[in-house]
This record gives sequence, C-alpha cells and structure tokens, in this order.
Amino acid sequence: MEIKLKQQTVYAFTAGRDIDANKPAVVFVHGTGLDHTVWTLPARYFGRHGFNVLAIDLPGHGRSEGPLRSTIEDMADFLIEILDALNIDQAALVGHSMGSLVVFDAAARYPDRARSLALLGTALPMAVTDALLESAIQNKHDAIDMLTIWGYSQSAQLGGSETPGMWMVGNTMRLFEQSDPGVIYNGLNACNEYRDGLKRAQNITCPTLLILGDRDIMTPPFNAKQVAGKIPDSSTVILPGTGHSLMSEKPDAVLDALLTIV
Amino acid sequence: MATPKYIHFDTLSLHAGQHPDEATGARAVPIFQTASYVFKSPDHAASIFNIERTGHVYSRISNPTNAVLEERISALEGGVGAICTASGQAACHLAITTILGAGSHIVSSQSIYGGTHNLLAYTLPRFGIETTFVDPRNPQAFRDAIRPNTRLLFGETLGNPGLEVLNIPAVADIAHENGLPLLIDSTFTTPYLCKPFELGADLIFHSATKFLSGHGIVIGGMVVDSGKFDWEASGRFPTLTEPYAGFHDLDFVEEFGPAAFITRARKEGARDFGACMSPTTAFHVLQGVETLSLRMQKHVENTRYIVDHLKDHKAVDWVSYPELPDHPDHELAKELLPRGCGAVFSFSIKGGRPAGQKFIEKVQLFSHLANIGDAKSLVIHPASTTHHRMDAQALEAAGISEGLIRMSVGLEDTNDLIDDLERALRASQKV
Repeated sequence: MEIKLKQQTVYAFTAGRDIDANKPAVVFVHGTGLDHTVWTLPARYFGRHGFNVLAIDLPGHGRSEGPLRSTIEDMADFLIEILDALNIDQAALVGHSMGSLVVFDAAARYPDRARSLALLGTALPMAVTDALLESAIQNKHDAIDMLTIWGYSQSAQLGGSETPGMWMVGNTMRLFEQSDPGVIYNGLNACNEYRDGLKRAQNITCPTLLILGDRDIMTPPFNAKQVAGKIPDSSTVILPGTGHSLMSEKPDAVLDALLTIV
Repeated sequence: MATPKYIHFDTLSLHAGQHPDEATGARAVPIFQTASYVFKSPDHAASIFNIERTGHVYSRISNPTNAVLEERISALEGGVGAICTASGQAACHLAITTILGAGSHIVSSQSIYGGTHNLLAYTLPRFGIETTFVDPRNPQAFRDAIRPNTRLLFGETLGNPGLEVLNIPAVADIAHENGLPLLIDSTFTTPYLCKPFELGADLIFHSATKFLSGHGIVIGGMVVDSGKFDWEASGRFPTLTEPYAGFHDLDFVEEFGPAAFITRARKEGARDFGACMSPTTAFHVLQGVETLSLRMQKHVENTRYIVDHLKDHKAVDWVSYPELPDHPDHELAKELLPRGCGAVFSFSIKGGRPAGQKFIEKVQLFSHLANIGDAKSLVIHPASTTHHRMDAQALEAAGISEGLIRMSVGLEDTNDLIDDLERALRASQKV
C-alpha cells in the first residue's frame, strides 16, 4: 500500500490486506540496498494469521520515494512516522541487518511503540570495512559483489535454496543492482556511524529476540553478544550453517523463530 | 575479510544447488521419484500452498531433484531461478505464455529450430499470438518489425541450421529501448560457450536434451530468468504487474521483485500447462552438466578439426561455420563466442540432393537422426527432416539449401570420424 507522509509517498507491503485497527501489527524493515521483497514469505504468513503486516520500503528503496534518510535515527523516526500515519500504536518490530539497527533504535527511543523486537543478522556496533565503503561511495559493482558474497555462508554460495529452483546469490545481486546510485553507500555509512546504540539498549522494554547465523561473516554472532547482554529481556536463536542472508538461506527457520516473538 | 570471490563455472557445474543429503549422506543428487509430499500439519500445508513457507507440493510444480538442476543451470547462466520442463519446446512455450496472451506479437529470428518455427508460425496464431520473422543478421529488422502489441523479441545464439550469430547486445538494446524483453534459445552454445544474460538477454531457454545433458538419453528443457528486466517500468506485462485472480490476486513483481517472471512461470505455467520434467530425467541431465565444460571443449576441438578437413575438400561445395573467415558472422563470433562456436555446422556436398543422400547412407560412425548435442556424432538432412514443414520460400529465407547437411560433432577420436567421412564422401561422388 502507498502511505502518504508529510514529505513523501512511501510503500509498505501488507500481504494484500487492508489495515484493521483490531489486529496486532508487525513491521518488517529490510537492509541497505534491498526492499520489502526479502520479507514476502513471513509477511504472507503473518497476514494470513491475523496480523496487520507492514513490510516497508525505506525512503529511496524499492517503491518508496526519496530522499534517503541518512542516519539510523532518521530511519527509526521514519518508521514511527508510518505507524503514526496508520494510527498504529504498537507493533512487533522486525529488522534485518541495517533494518535491525532501525528497529532497535525505534524500540529504544520509542519503547511504547514496540510490542516485541526481532533483530536478524545484527551487530552493535555494525562496523563496515573501508573497502566496502570506498566501493559503495563510488557506486562500483564491487560493493554489490562484496555484499552478495559476504552476505551468504560458504555453503549457501553453492545454493541449496529452500525455495525450489531459485539461485539465491543471483536474486540478491539483482536486488542490489536495482537500487539507485548512492543508496547502498547511504545505508552502509548509516550503519557504520551508528555508534551510540549500545548505550540505548537498556531503554528497550519489550521482549527481544536476536536471530543470527553461525556462519555470518558480516555480522558474526560474536559481535551481537554485547547488545544481547544489554537488552533487559532478550534471547538469542542461532541458526546453524547460516550466513547473513537469513531470510533467503533459512526462511522456514526464520519464520519459526519469529513465531516465538511476534 | 578477504577479497570476495564468486565460485567459478566448473565448480558450479558440479556443486551448485546441492549439498550431500542430510538424511543419508548421499554425495550424488538423489532421484526423488515421488509425485507428492507429506505435510506436517494442515497449517504447514496451507503455508506452503500460500507461499509462506518453502517446500514441495506436487512434482508437476516442483521436485527436489529438479530443483537442483534448476539452481545449477541458473547459477551457470547467472540468473535468479529456473524451471525444468518436459522438453525444450515446453520451455519455449512456458517462457512465451508466462508473459504473452491473445493479441500479442513476437518478433523472431527467421533462422530458428524447425519445431520452434512451427510453434510460432502455425500453432500460437491459433491462440492469438502472432510472430513476424526477420533476418537475424539485421538487428534493424527487429526494430522495424516491432508493433504496439509486440511483447517479445526472440532469437537463437546460433541460428539453426545456418549458424547465424545473433548480435545479442544489439538486439537486446533494441528490445530494451522498446520496453521489451529478449528471449534467447541458448541450446547450441550452453552457458560454457555463451552467457546471453551477460550480453543483455533477459530470458533463456534450453533444450536440455542436447549439450547440457550430452548423452542423448532424455528429453528435457529449461527456462531461466535473468531477473534483470523491469516489467513494471515497461508497463506491458499485466501477468507480472497486476493482481492474478488465479492466485489470490498475487502481484508477482510486487512480491517477488527480480524473481517475478520465474515465480509466475512456476505458479501458473508449471501448474496449469503441466509440462514438467521427470526427476529421473533431471538426474540424467545433471550427470551431463557435471562435465559440461570438458565436453564442450572437446566438442569444439573436434568440430574445428573436421571443419578444417572439409573446408577445402574436393567433394564439398562449401562449409558454414562461424569460425571460418568467410562466414558472414566471423567477426561477431570472435566477439561473442570466444571459446568456440559450438559443435554444429553445415556443409553442402557437390552433387546436390542425390550426393547428399548417398553420403548420409554411407556414414557409419555419424548417426543419421534428428538431434544435436549428443556425445556421439550426428548427421541430418534438414530440408527433408527438421525443417520439412517449411515451404521453399521459408527454407530459402532460413538459409537452408536442398543439399545442405547438418552435422553435430561428437566426442569420438577425430581420426575415426575423418575416416568415416572420407568413406561416405567418396561414395557420394560416385552417384
């Protein structure tokens, strides 16, 4: 659905359903350079099971107009603007990679708006290598190559898609290639610059679940331990043999984990 | 982090899409010879049906063995996904019908496989899909033939049987300037010799019966989606960009982005037309794909040897192979097919049709049959077989003379192949 905000018209996938004030809401936030389609399977599931689903496209991503929001805090504010526009008081917030920082920040600064929190492929801080930032700022395809290859476990780079017949690496690369120049760098830089998150972790009051891949080299589980320890009510699920692209590599296990928190 | 590296072609040929079976440890791809799959619960079933969870429902739509082949070919082509089909013809049909309907139009190369020509020229018009055939050597002809209702441009990497090299980058540019996708039949070249997506094509189909499998024991096809075409920006493809009543108003581009085409092809075409590949066939094709690069190298090496032997032969009028300097597409072939121009070529024997028939009667190692891409060497007379439904005018337009012989060079020892050819050529000149 299109959502009109003050500055722009943005998009959220609702699993083909209207927003119903009587239903609980779940909001999905994608990573940099990606869009709502990374959440299609769980969004469809929760939509059929009585939830208002909002798989949002961040500004300048997917079907949402720009301008880009350049900090994680700005993106978290954007998320709250969407909830306000739709008169949704509270939602389960689910984010992946950069999106995990967005929902984390939203839950930390607007604790009343988060019913629960799921952080997929997360780390705090989420430092980005100079080589990746340098390639991204120049809009080189190298940046997409790094994000695509490093985004999958060694095993998943050989495929084995749970969705029959899909070449996961190819699909992820195409998604990145669809993003406008500057979008990937904007997101990576926002992740890299988000350094105050740990201080805000204690403000999160809702139940929180970290869903991590034990073969994730972009946000290794080790780097998520700090934030997990600082969120008052948190638990962690580690998916074996899984890289950073959790929803692509292990969609059913991700859904099972989400069912425990959403 | 080390520098990122994509996994290379030969490794993907052997491994893409498969890990050792968790239940049994089987290293080879198991043949899942089953029609259907047990659900864990009613909700699990509903979740798979409604594309909320992954899994298989019925082997007409997907199968674990087929899925390995689909991933493998998609990986080798550089696509987002693929679908196995019952034949190359079924793959062509699936590609077309996923995005075209009654009232739409195709611009196609005129030098294509006879079976595809039949489909486009005679069968699809009954269902309201018309085709204009153009000279594949003239990209401008594709542009000139585009109409308001055109929805697809189509050609083969190497024309059949004239071996016209399609200028894929030029035709792709024309397609994209007009908001249209380019579909390529890549059967003759396989991803080892040509990667049409890297040259600008949007969709590929293969007859997997040929070089992909390489053994001539199965019939099968593949459709591969590059995920690159912007269906929404084009605005001409409602099957992908508007709610589909046949699947709860699913909008495929909205929900599957780059995978919209291949998802619709599976959710509609595989489901409704039902031209699925047997899992045993998929297993056999996989055995071939494992050695694809080795076989293609040898095919090309043998073909070059035989072409070289025939090109100045006293019993031969001419030889057509794009690697020969006098072939009209020689320079383009060097650019687009640097690893070689495949293992199919044509030549004309002095003495016309009677000499040609004698030649075919006398070859022994070369098998006279309607196929290409076998590990064994093959020979055929197109005017009386694969292209027999084309009238004289269409044959001429496709560059097929009555005396033309098409060869598909196999993997035998070239000394034995040359001996066989010499014996038959000598006999042909005594007619």
